[in-house]
Amino acid sequence: MTEPTVADTRRLHSKPQDLNDAYGPPSNFLEIDVYDPQIVGVGRHRYTTYEVRMRTNLPIFKLKDSCVRRRYSDFEWLKNELERDSKIVVPTLPGKALKRQLPFRGDEGLFEEGFIEERRSGLEQFINKIAGHPLAQNERCLHMFLQEESIDRNYIPGKV
Amino acid sequence: MSFFSFGQSADIDVVLNDAETRKKAEHKTEDGKKDKYFLFYDGETVSGKVNVTLKNPGKRLEHQGIKIEFVGQIELYYDRGNHHEFVSLVKDLARPGEMTQSQTFDFEFTHVEKPYESYTGQNVKLRYFLRATVIRRLNDISKEMDIVVHTLSTYPELNSSIKMEVGIEDCLHIEFEYNKSKYHLKDVIVGKIYFLLVRIKIKHMEIDIIKRETTGTGPSVYHENDTIAKYEIMDGAPVRGESIPIRLFLAGYDLTPTMRDINKKFSVRYYLNLVLIDEEERRYFKQQEITLWRKGDVVRKSMSHQAAIASQRFEGSAASESALEQAAKEESG
Repeated sequence: MTEPTVADTRRLHSKPQDLNDAYGPPSNFLEIDVYDPQIVGVGRHRYTTYEVRMRTNLPIFKLKDSCVRRRYSDFEWLKNELERDSKIVVPTLPGKALKRQLPFRGDEGLFEEGFIEERRSGLEQFINKIAGHPLAQNERCLHMFLQEESIDRNYIPGKV
Repeated sequence: MSFFSFGQSADIDVVLNDAETRKKAEHKTEDGKKDKYFLFYDGETVSGKVNVTLKNPGKRLEHQGIKIEFVGQIELYYDRGNHHEFVSLVKDLARPGEMTQSQTFDFEFTHVEKPYESYTGQNVKLRYFLRATVIRRLNDISKEMDIVVHTLSTYPELNSSIKMEVGIEDCLHIEFEYNKSKYHLKDVIVGKIYFLLVRIKIKHMEIDIIKRETTGTGPSVYHENDTIAKYEIMDGAPVRGESIPIRLFLAGYDLTPTMRDINKKFSVRYYLNLVLIDEEERRYFKQQEITLWRKGDVVRKSMSHQAAIASQRFEGSAASESALEQAAKEESG
């Protein structure tokens, strides 16, 4: 019985990589920034909006560069839509901060700088996590959230 | 395991004839410790001596017979009472009577069939043992000696590579290839992963070896999965056209041969699990079964007749047939 005493561990043959692929822009470019918090409205009817800017080269998104204004409840809406329609485990949003909405607080409540920054950061993490999920990328609600001027809450849910 | 009751009047032990020359193999016990046992192959003869030593040399030992058994059995942990014996041989050593002095009895189980490999798992155990018993009215005096059996195979004639393209539509397409589908326990898995489309942000990639032990039949089938190995093969983000090599040495891991439907009681199967992890810790994986087999030690020119029978039982290859011829020639010559 002639058996090799040393195992053949040579690499399998592979196709050489095209240099354009090796050094070109990656196909997975997707960056979403949540920034520029602005307080809208007066008195007790004030709320904060954030700029949501998406830059991408993923073909599934119609616009490669989009910019919209969204408030916290819009993010909540998106979370609920995805929880209902998609099969993904939706990441958590930063807290609702109901206590901050009560009167007679010592500080600025919902409009305190530190809180807004914390919330902004949490929203940014949330949207990046979702937008990169292959199973969320074909949900119409995500595209509407990221790339349409305003959210039509009477839209027809579905896949892109 | 031996039974010792209070005031037992005799000791019994079993000694193999080839205890000096026979190899021992390490085998895990149920509580995870490793112990060494005499190693046997299918077809080998099991012979030795049973020593019955009277504790009080003056006192008579009455008995209903002395016997030795060779047993191969499967024990399901959830059903301990029922042992499924697939090999059960017995030799009577002494008829009922009296012993006035210590005695030694010879025994031989010739060319014993040992169709399966010894296995100690999470929910099932397959073991072989010799059990010598002095039968008495109230308490038997008994001693068990476990042995370990390995099942050997030779290089399979057909051993195609595994090559497949998998992915998620429009997000990730890869082609993976493993050089073989059947690997021996000291083999090396050589392969590669070729990226056709990468639209997700991959952080790293690993290959895991998963052992799945299946016990029970029909509706009460139970799978126990155990990740035996995790081996990172890529750290960082790949792009289209990139090939990542795989070279995984199996000898470093605690593996057994693939065991399929052993005596219709259990199976032990192995899978390679290719796992890609993206920047959000999402996991994308593809599992593929591989067959593991045990290669015999380097075959010397003169192979004992018994071991030649053993190797022929599995993959009757030209090699083992000629070894059998050679051994027959040597024995007669």
